[in-house]
Amino acid sequence: MAKSLGQEFSKGLWAEVPPYRLVLGLCPTLAMTTGVDNGLGMGLAVTFVLICSNALISLLRKVIPKDVRIACFIIVIATFVIVVELMMQAYAYALFEQMGIFIPLIVVNCILLGRAEAFASKNGVVASCADGLGMGIGFTISLVILAAIREVLGNGTFYKIPVFGPTFEPFGFMVTAPGAFVCLGLMLCIMNLLGKK
Amino acid sequence: MSDYMLLIVSTIFVNNILLMKYLGNCPFLGTSKKLDTALGMAMAVIFVLVLAGAITWITEELLLKTFGLEYLRTMAFILVIATLVQFVEMFLKKNIPALYAGLGIYLPLITTNCAVLGACFINVKEEYSFVQTLISSFGYAAGFGLALILFAGIRERIMLARVPGPLRDTSIGLVTAGMFSLAFFGFKGMA
Repeated sequence: MAKSLGQEFSKGLWAEVPPYRLVLGLCPTLAMTTGVDNGLGMGLAVTFVLICSNALISLLRKVIPKDVRIACFIIVIATFVIVVELMMQAYAYALFEQMGIFIPLIVVNCILLGRAEAFASKNGVVASCADGLGMGIGFTISLVILAAIREVLGNGTFYKIPVFGPTFEPFGFMVTAPGAFVCLGLMLCIMNLLGKK
Repeated sequence: MSDYMLLIVSTIFVNNILLMKYLGNCPFLGTSKKLDTALGMAMAVIFVLVLAGAITWITEELLLKTFGLEYLRTMAFILVIATLVQFVEMFLKKNIPALYAGLGIYLPLITTNCAVLGACFINVKEEYSFVQTLISSFGYAAGFGLALILFAGIRERIMLARVPGPLRDTSIGLVTAGMFSLAFFGFKGMA
């Protein structure tokens, strides 16, 4: 193992932060950033699934036959997605309603399968957990930043709390679908400006 | 009959799966650099999504509902779709090699295309009948194809333009998609 645990964890935060650097997992990034609350909810749900699936796949990496590994990974991921789905339905119903079909769609989020294939199937349990945690937090932070920009400009609120006072005229474009694409595009541009991969 | 027409128009334009429902963006950005790859992907999605719509409807009605297993829907659907894609690939390779040559490399990618799984979830959520499911699946897939092909046309032009360094490639692609989505926003008035 060339890298330390700290490095496995921190690469997800900056050097390989999923939506901006690797351009993976775009659908939830676009759809779940209309407000900070659902951005955060999505981020945490993905983080949970990512850590659990990375750990389990890493434990099973010597048992899973190479030819059918993708199918096995998908089943492991789907199991944890169902766990998240049921838990949210029980404890955070409002958020569950708001996120709608995007919770089951975590299954096809390329970040999860990507990490399973590229990292967890080759590394030990602890390193895989660190990798999952880092990637998950990086993903959550990216979502929250994008959601904050969109919610503040588009609704004049941050986590449903008004920030500009009653005279603020919301820039409604930002919370619509076109605003999502433009905003993410500009975000990528800023990341490119801040530093190359 | 007019209900069905309305469903088609609404799934292709008003609720365009790519630009309005934000599904399937990874293949959208990945395969839109050239017109012919976009065409291949669009055809593959139309082909698979209609089949997937039909088969997930059957799974839902006959299997999940009968045995009260709705909470396993996520896993059942992804497995059914993954198997379907594999099966379609083998079937085409053996029986219709010409079609396979055209769609071949795009088929495995479809398993992780969230537009396919997403459309199936929407169909279940809206409680469509079998015929409605087929029509809406086709509509969503056609909307995906339409947006993808049009966007690829625009993107080929952008390749020739002089774009500022940091904005190049995916970044300008997303901004363009935003403009494109704005155009589709106009269809909202039709609903």
